[in-house]
Amino acid sequence: MSPSSTTQRLDVKKTYKLYIDGQFPRSESGRSYVVNDSKGKFLANASQASRKDARDAVRAARAAFGGWSGRTAYNRGQVIYRIAEVLEGRRDQFEAELRAAEGISAAMARKFVDASIDRLVFYAGWADKVAQVVGGANPVAGPYFNHSAPEPSGVVAIVAPDRPLMGLISVVAPVITTGNTCVVIASEKYPLPAITLGEVMATSDLPGGVVNVLTGSVAEIAPWLASHLDVNGIDLTGVEDAELAADLEVSAAENLKRVRRPGLEDLVAPPPLDRMTKFLETKTVWHPMGI
Amino acid sequence: MASSVSEATSSDAALRRFLHGLPGVDQVGAEQRAAGLGTRSIKTTAKAWAIDLAIRMVDLTTLEGNDTPGKVRALANKAMHPDPLDPTCPSTAAVCVYPDMVATAKKTLGSSGVKVAAVATAFPSGRAAMPVKLADTRDAVAAGADEIDMVIDRGAFLSGRYLEVFEEIVAVKEACGDAHLKVILETGELQTLDSVRRASWLAMMAGGHFIKTSTGKIQPAATLPVSLVMLEAVRDFREATGQMVGYKPAGGIRHSKDAIKYLVMVNEVAGEDWLDPDWFRFGASTLLNDLLMQRNKLKTGAYSGPDYVTLD
Repeated sequence: MSPSSTTQRLDVKKTYKLYIDGQFPRSESGRSYVVNDSKGKFLANASQASRKDARDAVRAARAAFGGWSGRTAYNRGQVIYRIAEVLEGRRDQFEAELRAAEGISAAMARKFVDASIDRLVFYAGWADKVAQVVGGANPVAGPYFNHSAPEPSGVVAIVAPDRPLMGLISVVAPVITTGNTCVVIASEKYPLPAITLGEVMATSDLPGGVVNVLTGSVAEIAPWLASHLDVNGIDLTGVEDAELAADLEVSAAENLKRVRRPGLEDLVAPPPLDRMTKFLETKTVWHPMGI
Repeated sequence: MASSVSEATSSDAALRRFLHGLPGVDQVGAEQRAAGLGTRSIKTTAKAWAIDLAIRMVDLTTLEGNDTPGKVRALANKAMHPDPLDPTCPSTAAVCVYPDMVATAKKTLGSSGVKVAAVATAFPSGRAAMPVKLADTRDAVAAGADEIDMVIDRGAFLSGRYLEVFEEIVAVKEACGDAHLKVILETGELQTLDSVRRASWLAMMAGGHFIKTSTGKIQPAATLPVSLVMLEAVRDFREATGQMVGYKPAGGIRHSKDAIKYLVMVNEVAGEDWLDPDWFRFGASTLLNDLLMQRNKLKTGAYSGPDYVTLD
């Protein structure tokens, strides 16, 4: 029987879930929240992550850290470049999602998607170069070699700014390119492109757990990440409430997390190196000669 | 029943008749009941109580070929003071080691009340001649072991030579003297839940103080459906004979959540009397770290991490 012209095809709606450990689970709490487009019309339901999802994400990030940081910097660069390749193939989808979310023109959306891809390529290139810039051989007054080399901090929690795609990539790429793994709370207002970006990462050689994306309330989830003793750094770029940011910094001090404070920043401008160096630690080795 | 035990064990045929006369296990039903009990939610003060109880029930285990006296000393210290920063944290029930490490463990533990359990009888395979197994047991007891974990001859059991297995357990128990005897059934090799029930009864009738699921060297190790059957067995055995036998799941229990599921099952299936380190133990090593991390989470309100517990 041929499809009858009188029956209308039902759209297949996408379920937006979380991205944890390379999988797309629903929130453990079973909650979701409504995401509207720029005109206030219903767009989709997004998962509202709970503290237990954050805990699971940290566990996944910790498990992935050994393998990811142990890869050669060159290989990490290749993997991040591969994310850019896969993203390039899905430009139309992201363009449509950005237009729906922000109500911007097609040309503008295209510009943002292109800039996001370029940003990934930029950080992919940095993977095997950052050590030359911030590390090196130190001059010492003795018959020794003395080297400093940057090493990743570990698991970094990130609060992404309220810019759908560009914002997320600008904060995640510099953190993972140096070998950290991360748990990122996507923009509360624009969570959908973040989960679609998760799909891109899941299909682009990035090991599961290196990037974990949570959607939901920053005020609810961030304090659990800030106080988590197995998190080594926290990037507060997307925290707009100054009081919350201060509280998060205080919690983060408990185990001396590296903290990147929130501050006004032009995400489209050429990015500063400190997004990478903030979550690096310097190891210095004395190497005696002649023995 | 006491007379019927001696009657049932009078000959191989009688023993087979008795064990095969035990009611069969409905496997689907057992799995469903175990899964149902696993969904109970234990929170706040009940959780804190359960975690402390679980710590007191741990047989902290190291059974590796590369064990050293130093590692055993470290483990024994950890058993006495699982959280050195918190004096309210209880000690574990015992440390479980190979027989040659018993003396080291005993010396470190001193009069702390933490017991030393030794695996004997050619653990984990049990494939050795009877005199070797008995010598292994006596050796561990002489070194100061408070508890002996023996393995049954699974080959004989699966071939239906029940009386041989029975007599072996009786002989090892005699060699134990005052030490408590835990009988390892190695349920991962017993194939069916019916076999698990028969082996449980066999071990209890032979005088084991505890029945234990696994060596931890074979997968699957302890599972919830197997525990359900074994807990039913200890419950039914007490009803029939008046004797209480302990239960120890071992292997594969790594998270606090799993441990709490076991405690729920013990309470619901066997009864409250078994919620005591004298009658229920966890054979585990990594479980203790997770229990300590959860304990810290409840105490401080912040998630803890593996950097704050020992590596072992």
